[in-house]
Amino acid sequence: MDLFKRYFPVFSLLAVVVGIQVVTHFTETTYYLTQLTMSAYYSVVVIGLCVLMGYGGQISLGHAGFFAIGGYLAGALTTHNLITLKGHRLVSLLDNVGLLVDSKGLYGGDLLTVEPWAACIIAVLTAGLIAFAIGGPILKLKGHYLAMATLGFGIIIYRIALASAYFGEADGISEVPGFKLLPGIEVSGSFVSRVLNYYIAWGMVIVAVILLLNLIHSRVGRALRSIHGAEEAANAMGVNTARYKLYIFVLSAVFAALAGVFVTHYNGGIGPSEAGVMKSVRYVAIVAVGGMANIWGALIMGIVLNFLSLRGVFGSYDDAVFGVILIIIMLFAPQGILNINPGQKVKSLLSFFVSKSGEETTE
Amino acid sequence: MTPELFIQYLFAGITYGIIYAIVAIGFNIIYNTTGIINFAQGEFVMLGGMIAITMHSVMPIPLAIVAAVVITMVVGALIEMVFIRWLESPSVLRMIIITIGISILAREVALHIWGESVRALPYFIGNEVTSVSILGAKISPQVLWVIGVCSLMVAGLSLFFKFTSLGREMRACAANRRAATLCGINTKNMVTLSFVLSAGIGAVAGCVMSPITYSDYSMGPNLAIKGFTVAILGGLGNSVAAVTAGLLLGIIEAFSISVLPLAFQDAIATSILLLILFVRPHGLFGSSEAASLKEF
Repeated sequence: MDLFKRYFPVFSLLAVVVGIQVVTHFTETTYYLTQLTMSAYYSVVVIGLCVLMGYGGQISLGHAGFFAIGGYLAGALTTHNLITLKGHRLVSLLDNVGLLVDSKGLYGGDLLTVEPWAACIIAVLTAGLIAFAIGGPILKLKGHYLAMATLGFGIIIYRIALASAYFGEADGISEVPGFKLLPGIEVSGSFVSRVLNYYIAWGMVIVAVILLLNLIHSRVGRALRSIHGAEEAANAMGVNTARYKLYIFVLSAVFAALAGVFVTHYNGGIGPSEAGVMKSVRYVAIVAVGGMANIWGALIMGIVLNFLSLRGVFGSYDDAVFGVILIIIMLFAPQGILNINPGQKVKSLLSFFVSKSGEETTE
Repeated sequence: MTPELFIQYLFAGITYGIIYAIVAIGFNIIYNTTGIINFAQGEFVMLGGMIAITMHSVMPIPLAIVAAVVITMVVGALIEMVFIRWLESPSVLRMIIITIGISILAREVALHIWGESVRALPYFIGNEVTSVSILGAKISPQVLWVIGVCSLMVAGLSLFFKFTSLGREMRACAANRRAATLCGINTKNMVTLSFVLSAGIGAVAGCVMSPITYSDYSMGPNLAIKGFTVAILGGLGNSVAAVTAGLLLGIIEAFSISVLPLAFQDAIATSILLLILFVRPHGLFGSSEAASLKEF
């Protein structure tokens, strides 16, 4: 019964995903699938961050940094030509193991690049290792200090992406090849594989959701909630708070990096704006709107807001919309938009004004 | 490095350093009365500079600056009244997110009013090429304006907090809010005042630095992160140490240009921030015991 309750929404999600594809097929609006695919990848970052923020209580303003580490490494490794280094021992060793691919470039030149699978694993591992390395000292911090430290990490990654020639400076990386997951299944932005890519992205979301749902209902999840509630108390009860915080930090970083890898292959490129502070703030905003400790809320809001933003509904007010959303949610509904009880809200507002005017008359 | 070049770098460092110190003091004033780090602190500097530039088209510079500072102070007061005053014991996470939201909003409003172009106030005395010679180095008089005005402001603030009754009330509010309330101090008004004050000093800094560093809508976050680095470096809440720390950071940055590519300059402050947070979160000058006793 419990398991049924846990997985019922997953099956509903699956049904909705298939339903949307069928509807767009018959209404000939398949172009929506492109934005839905992108939204799905961004939502993987968001639900990872949701577990870190909502359940673990640790804010991170640097998740765009991890997304960028994944995307940039995958992009750079699969596009930079190693042909001139072919004589080098390390390169020929990699080639012999099958980690490199030979191909023809646009202008007929020989290209020798890293195989996307290898690049993906390297990118995600690197992001995980960086998260592991900085997570130790960063997660000792609390509140403002933690926010600023993670923000600082994000800025450093942004600066590195912007300043190094290897990552294309302000132009970013383009012409990233597709990522063949299995023979015949390729992550790429090509027109014909739009539907396939839609299912790849949503498959990733569903796997991520199932993983996280199981995680938060396990020992780890209980430990995280105890940390959120009262860290000292959790520590006194024998919960190894430092280890669990680090564990979830690395996990959410890996999610972000994986999404970054897939988005880069899907878009065929990545630019420094993906590493920007505004992106990190946006992920935090979505988690907040979804209700912090609510994976489904974060997922739904992640899809809705990213979809609207990618469709260009907000126009030049894109960032402003996310700023306003942040403020309004945090002022009026810190429990998230799905937990609003309108009647009670009006009552409390009324009582606020009544008590206010009462104060003034007595003074 | 020639002695002249050394002095040139030194003055550049001091100029930026004292501006970082002003931003850090803005952080400290609000932190001390509310326990909030105002992530929108850099936006006050941006608003001050941008409003003064707009005002300057219809009035002389001194008036434009006064108008800009007053308007920014009003904005600071409004921000406090609309977004913060009526919240009852909000969590730190909530306040962080609200002030980040305010910072984004301020930046977007500025973008839609002023556009993306970079502007600057004219030099207060002379123009870009006017210079005074100090120990063989050529220094723009505007640099002296920045250093002079900011130093006066720091001195004025410490006198204000020490000797005026309003300043004392604010300090009381910082030391123990409940006790201050019991003594008849209206702590809510003190919080508003702290926002007004830190908006005001931010705006002044924004005006005097504008001719040298230029102003644009997106300058806020960068200044805020550096101001925060300085505030942490000196020990959060300690304004005297913030000046020392500000000068230190400014000078380190200025001299780093001679070794590192310019693009990495901003990464230096951030790396220092991370390092100091990891190693000595209570600051270079603060002791960990003193960190638990909040005083100016």
